[in-house]
Amino acid sequence: MTNRRRGYEGVAVAVPVTVPYVRHSTHSAHWFIGHAIEALVKASGLAKEQIDGLTVSSFSLAPDTAVGVTQHLGMSPRWLDHIPTGGASGVMALRRAARAVQAGDAEVVACVAADTNHVDSFRQTLGSFSNFARDASYPYGAGGPNSIFAFITANYMREYGATREDFGRIAVDQRTNALKNPNAMFKKPLSLDEYIAARPIADPIHLFDCVMPCAGADAFLVMSEARARDLGLPHAVVRGAIERHNAFSDDPVMVRGGWLVDRDELYAQAAARADDIDFVQTYDDYPVIVMMQFEDLGFCAKGEGPAFVRAHQMTYDGSFPNNTSGGQLSAGQAGAAGGFLGMTEAIRQLTGAAGDRAVPDAKLGLVAGFGMVTYDRCLCTGAVILGRPA
Amino acid sequence: MTMPLMRPPRKNPVLRTRQMSLPPGARGRVALGMTAAAAEGRFELQVCQACQATQYPPREACHRCLSPRLKWTAQTGEGRLLSSTTLHHSNDPFFRERLPWRLGLVQLDCGPSLMVHLHGDVGNAPERVRVGARLDRAGQAVLIGFPNEESVNMADDKMLREMTSDPKFRKVLVTDGKTAVGQALVQALVKAGADIVWVGHAEPWKKLPGWDEISKLPQVTPVPLDLTNGKSVDELAGEIGGKVDIVLNNAEVHRSYGIGARRGTDVAKAEMDINYFGALRLAQAFGGALKSRAADGETGATAWVNVLSIYALSNFPPHGTYSASKAAAYSLAQCLRAEMRPSGIRVVNVFPGPIDDEWNQSMPPPKLAPAALASAIVKALKDGVEDVYPGDVAQEWLERWKDNPKVLERELAAGGS
Repeated sequence: MTNRRRGYEGVAVAVPVTVPYVRHSTHSAHWFIGHAIEALVKASGLAKEQIDGLTVSSFSLAPDTAVGVTQHLGMSPRWLDHIPTGGASGVMALRRAARAVQAGDAEVVACVAADTNHVDSFRQTLGSFSNFARDASYPYGAGGPNSIFAFITANYMREYGATREDFGRIAVDQRTNALKNPNAMFKKPLSLDEYIAARPIADPIHLFDCVMPCAGADAFLVMSEARARDLGLPHAVVRGAIERHNAFSDDPVMVRGGWLVDRDELYAQAAARADDIDFVQTYDDYPVIVMMQFEDLGFCAKGEGPAFVRAHQMTYDGSFPNNTSGGQLSAGQAGAAGGFLGMTEAIRQLTGAAGDRAVPDAKLGLVAGFGMVTYDRCLCTGAVILGRPA
Repeated sequence: MTMPLMRPPRKNPVLRTRQMSLPPGARGRVALGMTAAAAEGRFELQVCQACQATQYPPREACHRCLSPRLKWTAQTGEGRLLSSTTLHHSNDPFFRERLPWRLGLVQLDCGPSLMVHLHGDVGNAPERVRVGARLDRAGQAVLIGFPNEESVNMADDKMLREMTSDPKFRKVLVTDGKTAVGQALVQALVKAGADIVWVGHAEPWKKLPGWDEISKLPQVTPVPLDLTNGKSVDELAGEIGGKVDIVLNNAEVHRSYGIGARRGTDVAKAEMDINYFGALRLAQAFGGALKSRAADGETGATAWVNVLSIYALSNFPPHGTYSASKAAAYSLAQCLRAEMRPSGIRVVNVFPGPIDDEWNQSMPPPKLAPAALASAIVKALKDGVEDVYPGDVAQEWLERWKDNPKVLERELAAGGS
């Protein structure tokens, strides 16, 4: 008998905060983390000292790690985690914090992701991102993830008949969503024609397939449902959560992600089916990955992603709301905060804080994470289903 | 099919000379194993000695069975192009100046997926390709996807010319044209399409065999050059230093015997004066200008070739003082390579075994024919190789030296060559 994984009953997520994104900043990551925690304190009514758990996700914090942040900000948590896994950090932080709360290791955990972006920091991050990138991908044109995802996209298009228009639908609908998000970096509508006409970056990747690196922070609190109720905080509950790393490593080029390995367990935990999900926040470093998540998370079969996006409107008020904040493609990618964007947005949708872009009558949302292109693919995948409290 | 490279127009001196910016050159220590093989013209990847799994990117433990016994092993490079892209944007100055740039993802038949630079003759995926390793301008190994079928002008591929030092349309200085090796080099360079070959002659008033023949070639310009004389070297550098794209130093003094068979140090000094100090004078006079023109168009300055000797690795007592001078020259050449690397100039060290000339009269065959040495050097320039051991004798010595340098020393001391 294997020891069955325990559920996430009784865990609440609350107080989604965003430190507004800016294209470049002269501040360090600590500044953004400080602002995020200040916002958590103000919005929750808790004292800083009552936050007794902390997770930090950041690339530009180096050489500091999470513990350096405690001294910088004068905090003394009894539970601490450093989660430098980029696009998967939101799901991973939530999973770890939830277990800490269930086990009693912490009562209130602040999960924070923040990165600054100096004028030249993106190039420097790319060159030293991982040992494998330094040795085996960066010397090849120094295109960063664009070149890797160009391979993945071109292969997917050939294999499954996807077209640029199919990916364009994803980008265009996300832009529509972003126009209702005051925190989004992009303020102008995007048409499919503009998407198609954009300049090439790494064929078949064009400008609007790429995120814009920026500076900013996203954060939320994890605590018990009882505690959230006591504090009178609007909150969502964790219905299920999975993660998987370095899945399908024998696939010569990425055509599927680790979500596929564990998705049945995810839906079983949540006692729900893919059909029951009211909105998804996919990880959108490139549209092809969004399409793969639709498939690997069970919204359509492998290879049916193109037909799926042709059949659905993916705006907040459409038949399949996806990335209702605009996602990173239209809100911006604030480094590791890009891995939190879907989480803060999902909490907002489920706590009535999504303003003009609220998904009508949303009760169940799915947030997926995807992170760390160390060589030829992203290694970390994860997903969480959040719901309104019963 | 690659279009043949056309002779570039004469440079307008008022226009900006493109400055060299190197491609990303940082590598971990393990990954340098691939560079070490590529420097000698081989494509090697780590293969697990426990489970035979081929590894890439280079690593410290087998991804399949966790064994740390990973051995660098020659690869055929046979594989399939899975996907390709053309970069129109790069975050690195070197590539920004060379866009668009084509890349591929290749799965080798033995398993791993490799990111490669793509040769222009490779079509769209899926397609069979052959992967090879080359040194890039930073002097580090990179992988290249070649077409399965060779074509006539393959070497003229724009990406490939960034990696190699092909003499085609380049201007070369050969420091000594009076020897059989020097003359064979001139012939080989002209045949390879060199634009101008300046040929040094320490005593221009002397009539030497073969000299008239090479002087008559339209590409050849004889120049006075005496490497023992700093003034002579500086004067020539002042005249042509700003135009030379490849310096090929083949000048040497070679006398037999070691320590006991001679009195005094005159012969050893004469050897050192050309073989070591001559190389030093040349590097000081020509090095700076060469470095400054390393990115000057598709036929810019590119390489420095030192003709050393396999005796530089381990002393051959019957030619003891000569061996010592070549060991000194080798050490200096390593210094030159380190100083040239930031500019992208490749330093090619050539380690021939005994050459079939008058100073190796008493050596039994096999000996290296001058023409064979010359074609090995031109091939090294075309392939972008850094260390060359031409001929059977040099290959055998290298193998023995790599296997156990101390055993080789004992064998040589006992008279075994």
